[in-house]
Amino acid sequence: MSTATLTSGLVTVGPDTQAAPDTRDEVIAAKQEAPMAAAPLTHAPAAEPAEPAEPSTSFGERCGAFLRAVLPPLLGFAFIIGLWALVAMKSSDFPGPAKTLDAAITLFSDPFYQNGPNDQGIGWNILSSLKRVAIGFGVAALVGIPMGFIIGRFAFMNSMLEPIISILRPVSPLAWLPIGLMVFKAADPASTWTIFICSIWPMILNTAQGVQRVPQDYLNVARVLNLSEFKIITKILFPSVLPYMLTGIRLSIGTAWLVIVAAEMLTGGVGIGFWVWDEWNNLKVEHIIIAIFVIGIVGLVLEQFLLLIARRFSYGNN
Amino acid sequence: MNAIVKVENVGMTFDTKKGRFVALQNVNLQIRQGEVVSLIGHSGCGKSTLLNLIAGLTLPSSGAMICNGREIAGPGPERAVVFQNHSLLPWLTCFENVHLAVERVFGAKEGKDKLKARTNAALEMVHMSHAAQKMPHEISGGMKQRIGIARAFAMEPKILLMDEPFGALDALTRASLQDELIGVMEKTGATVVMVTHDVDEAVLLSDRVVMMTNGPAATIGEILEVKLAKPRDRLQLAHDPHFAECRAAILEFLYQKQMKKAA
Ligand SMILES: Nc1ncnc2c1ncn2[C@@H]1O[C@H](COP(=O)(O)OP(=O)(O)OP(=O)(O)O)[C@@H](O)[C@H]1O
Ligand SMILES: [Mg+2]
Repeated sequence: MSTATLTSGLVTVGPDTQAAPDTRDEVIAAKQEAPMAAAPLTHAPAAEPAEPAEPSTSFGERCGAFLRAVLPPLLGFAFIIGLWALVAMKSSDFPGPAKTLDAAITLFSDPFYQNGPNDQGIGWNILSSLKRVAIGFGVAALVGIPMGFIIGRFAFMNSMLEPIISILRPVSPLAWLPIGLMVFKAADPASTWTIFICSIWPMILNTAQGVQRVPQDYLNVARVLNLSEFKIITKILFPSVLPYMLTGIRLSIGTAWLVIVAAEMLTGGVGIGFWVWDEWNNLKVEHIIIAIFVIGIVGLVLEQFLLLIARRFSYGNN
Repeated sequence: MNAIVKVENVGMTFDTKKGRFVALQNVNLQIRQGEVVSLIGHSGCGKSTLLNLIAGLTLPSSGAMICNGREIAGPGPERAVVFQNHSLLPWLTCFENVHLAVERVFGAKEGKDKLKARTNAALEMVHMSHAAQKMPHEISGGMKQRIGIARAFAMEPKILLMDEPFGALDALTRASLQDELIGVMEKTGATVVMVTHDVDEAVLLSDRVVMMTNGPAATIGEILEVKLAKPRDRLQLAHDPHFAECRAAILEFLYQKQMKKAA
């Protein structure tokens, strides 16, 4: 309260200026320190409305720009596939790109077949993994976001819960799997449970951080207007916390997708993680390679989808 | 002469890491109904601190702050604040920003149409009707400041508190906003307390200029009555001898009596 200064303070760079980590490195770094990482607070310059296309850009120049954008990634892929082909030639049991592509085509020509509980198409496997992630993650959001608000708003709750969270957060969610198995007495809810555990920390911590970082200016506006607690939450707290919340959501969906593969390997059933393990037992290495690509692509799509939503709520700063 | 705000022997002390810091000491000030008072002084002397005390955003360490015969216990809509950095909520349109304030003050008594009409009138008053549906990041700094002023005036406050309302603006925009403000104050007859570091602005807008001594333990040094007829016109004032006198008096206070020690 005593810090309320109306002027001469720097304008707090709030969550409205979050820049989304775009490069792979940043994303990976963010995942590693997932729960505490808030989006970097760099001040992205406000994007001006699209400038009129410069008449001077010739067709050739635009082609050049296109090539510069597309060529390096293509080269990267070509390099890795070449390396892979080379390694596969030297090894007897490592399938090459051609063989893997063949296998992928047969696999994806019938993704939704069902031959009993342990032999289903890859489509079913992906979907059931996604379903577990969605449930575990959804419940985590329902619990974690309100908890984050409470921790952020009340210093008492913060000091009460912070030590507990600090101890539990670094624990691999897989360590909770046996507890899930014991409580739920089934594999399926147990792996959903591990997703819940790994998703909840980033949501709690990012939401709490967002609440604590609501700019004092906005709170002063609320105080001068004497807004009701309901209005403070809907008009001030929620909108200014939203970008932080979305960061938490994005981080937790990333980890959730990492964890589900491992959890399913341990529990079995239907799911992309179990499928990988099953194909290993069948010695179908090309399927494992396909699974690696599929897992990567699904993770990327999830991440990009959430980034898209986050941009939508960044109040015109990018 | 009825004082709407009374500041009696107010002191303000901050607890900092380096110990206690006495920002204000023995401040006494009475502000009359309908009066325009500006606070002027060197940077860091405690102008914002005093304004925040009147707003109720902070409470004094000693002495009493009285508004309308009652002790100031916290902020409230009868003391609207125009913040230096406009403080518009970035997720609301200009209209919604003003409407939020209008709804809070008049929502209990008036219907939706009336509230909308009030909001539109406030925007009209600062000539910003055209930007009603724009988001704050889509308009210029001066326009944001105007919306901030509209938001404060729309609340029909008993007292309007402004902390360097035009501080961050260029000279041209500042002049046109000052003229606009003169018009609005004329229309509403509001009691205004304004922090400024611009000598011309202080003389142009106020009935009294309160000059503060340098901190720490700052207090009120002199109070200057500006006896110029209202409404004032900046072009005519340039040739007015009393205007020049007032200006000279403030400059003398700031640059001779309160010469800032070279930092
Ligand atoms: N919350 C606070 N804690 C500690 N010291 C403070 C606090 N707020 C203000 N001060 C100190 O009180 C003094 C007066 O500050 P204030 O912001 O009122 O100055 P000001 O006159 O408004 O200056 P400016 O013209 O630069 O805005 C300063 O020395 C400042 O460092
Ligand atoms: Mg100040």
